[in-house]
Amino acid sequence: MATHDVRITVNGEPQAAAVESRLLLVHWLREVLRLTGTHIGCDTTHCGACTVLLDGEPVKSCTVLAVQADGREVTTVEGLEHDGTLHPLQEGFQQEHGLQCGFCTPGMLMTGRALLERNADPSEAEIRQAISGNLCRCTGYVNIVKSIEYAAAKLR
Amino acid sequence: MIPSAFDYHAPGTLEEAVALLERLGDDAKVLSGGQSLLPLLKLRLGDAGHLVDIGRIPGLTDITEADGYLRIGGTAREADLERSDLIREKYPILLDTAAVIADPLVRNRATVGGNLAHGDPANDHPATMLALGAEVVARGPDGERTIPITGFFTGLFATALAPAEILTEIRIPVPPPRSGGAYVKLERKVGDFATAAAAAQVTLGEQGEIVRVGIGLTNAGPTPIKATAAERYLQRRQPDAEAVAAAAQLAADATSPSADRRGSVEYKRDMARVLTGRAITRAVQRAGGQ
Ligand SMILES: Cc1cc2nc3c(=O)[nH]c(=O)nc-3n(C[C@H](O)[C@H](O)[C@H](O)COP(=O)(O)OP(=O)(O)OC[C@H]3O[C@@H](n4cnc5c(N)ncnc54)[C@H](O)[C@@H]3O)c2cc1C
Ligand code: FES
Ligand code: FES
Repeated sequence: MATHDVRITVNGEPQAAAVESRLLLVHWLREVLRLTGTHIGCDTTHCGACTVLLDGEPVKSCTVLAVQADGREVTTVEGLEHDGTLHPLQEGFQQEHGLQCGFCTPGMLMTGRALLERNADPSEAEIRQAISGNLCRCTGYVNIVKSIEYAAAKLR
Repeated sequence: MIPSAFDYHAPGTLEEAVALLERLGDDAKVLSGGQSLLPLLKLRLGDAGHLVDIGRIPGLTDITEADGYLRIGGTAREADLERSDLIREKYPILLDTAAVIADPLVRNRATVGGNLAHGDPANDHPATMLALGAEVVARGPDGERTIPITGFFTGLFATALAPAEILTEIRIPVPPPRSGGAYVKLERKVGDFATAAAAAQVTLGEQGEIVRVGIGLTNAGPTPIKATAAERYLQRRQPDAEAVAAAAQLAADATSPSADRRGSVEYKRDMARVLTGRAITRAVQRAGGQ
């Protein structure tokens, strides 16, 4: 069983680890670092519950090997809040009822964060396009769009 | 789901990667964006003893025009296409295609080269590349060679690439003035493979007649299809409604789709007809015709 020494910055903190070749990034985050905010919904690259930022871009962490993140930066939902203050996106999801069961929420937040970094004032269509790889079974998306709009307005 | 065990290699140069593939033999697979390969390994529908990750080899992600060709680097991602000013301004057919592949998260990893190298007739870029008359550049133990796209797709999930060959570039001849292209796809939802889809690239002559045309079809048979009868029919014709309809019918006649949850054979063939017609019409409009 081949292992590799990797250095990955997670939520701003450098981590060093020996990972097996086949270890998926999502499993390393959840099971080794115990960052369980990143969810596993489908495990077949469809749902986006496992979305994290890899060097700032949202990707499905169930379809990236941990070793592929060597030397790179990963941001998970745990990296959004700072010193007890929620990120405007988290606040938006609270204010606009952007979640019901909450299972899709970590992925939605990370995709939303990457969108707002690129586009400070996205239209509804742009928001819907950006989150089209993140499935929600509860909300019907309307309030998720409003939550992201709330955050965009607050960040501007 | 956890793939069965394999070893991972991250060569820093193409030479190293080719040497590794040659040494490891049949047991090794190229890993690029991983958005087709990793799901297969996770479901254990595929198996590999070694993955050779070409994603860390520098210099393979550029998208540029040089020497009469648009050159797309072997590991350029769908997201790179979508964000390229050159593609946005001059190659709307490629933007059409990238925009309907999987979803934005997958497109942040998936590569255009991988989309071709996977040899999946359901993938979207093959039809577009057939319409554009692309060439694939491959690097292997015997050096570099160029493979015309018409000879690239050899069977279901099979391509002309040898086991130790790496797709390093896709070359598309820069279209002459009065050219245009479009890709039109019918999918049940975002992230679904095509029920049917068609790519068309045309060049118009002085009188608005078609002087060059390429038509490719997605998910309409065991390999991506080049609709040659439809192309021949359109040559030197005015692309009026009647000619477009006749060409679309010829394209549909060339399909051999299989029935599945996306629809029956008859439905898919008819959708291939409808979408081919729309793709040609949009391509002609983009070329500046009627
Ligand atoms: C949920 C989901 C939905 C999708 N929907 C679509 C869709 O609608 N349309 C579509 O076209 N695709 C779709 N895909 C497939 C996606 O676009 C793939 O990423 C793409 O087909 C393969 O590119 P990759 O870079 O990820 O290749 P990988 O997964 O890394 O590799 C795929 C295969 O190609 C080989 N390979 C890759 N690159 C090279 C190279 N440079 N040289 C030699 N061999 C190479 C590998 O060895 C492997 O056998 C979807 C994928 C997912 C997960
Ligand atoms: S768990 Fe990764 S996409 Fe669903
Ligand atoms: S809130 Fe339940 S899946 Fe989105």
